[in-house]
Amino acid sequence: MNWAGFGFTLVAAISYVPIFARFPATRDFPWANLLLFLLGGWALAVGNKRAYGQPERYGGKVSGAVLGVLSLALFGLFCWGNFIFARQIPSGAGAPQVGQMAPDFTLPDATGSPVTLSELRKTSRAVLLIFYRGYW
Amino acid sequence: MDSNADSRRLCQDQGYTFPFLSDPKAEVIRRYGVLHAGGGENGRDIARPGEFLVDAAGGIRWINLTEDIRVRARPEAVLRQVDLAGL
Repeated sequence: MNWAGFGFTLVAAISYVPIFARFPATRDFPWANLLLFLLGGWALAVGNKRAYGQPERYGGKVSGAVLGVLSLALFGLFCWGNFIFARQIPSGAGAPQVGQMAPDFTLPDATGSPVTLSELRKTSRAVLLIFYRGYW
Repeated sequence: MDSNADSRRLCQDQGYTFPFLSDPKAEVIRRYGVLHAGGGENGRDIARPGEFLVDAAGGIRWINLTEDIRVRARPEAVLRQVDLAGL
């Protein structure tokens, strides 16, 4: 039971980036991963209760404690990454405001050809500028 | 900041057809107030996520500056703003 619990927390911790972060519904708030942590925590609680309550029958006191601490550490790391690190970004206070003119610019596109905002505007109803962190 | 080659690969992988620009010196990123100094790999300067809706006359109609790098404007939210702005 303790190993199962640790397995759930391990999956909960490492599955976010390769799997759940791909979909907005499970990325914006990591509820799927938190559910997996909850499942792991439940299994560890049951496992440790057995190990310490009926040691003659179940055993695994040491492994239960170690896996419990490791799982807590994984949970802590996950929470730090998701709820603290992900919010450590500049406020963007220097950004132009709604109603102001968008500063014009020319930048190369993916093939190296220059693209100018004011030229794009001439052929469009509107232009959406998306700034991103590089790759995502 | 991704190189042109990185952007080209990303466009091909994802099938993006809109202009995908590169700002290696972060000049435009600075002008739009979205620099995240040292926020990238090996302390490189990158942009914080942000979206600006610009009308045909060049006026900014809507800005979305997320407080969480994982939470970005979704396409339907942007389209709603386009409708609200009457564009």
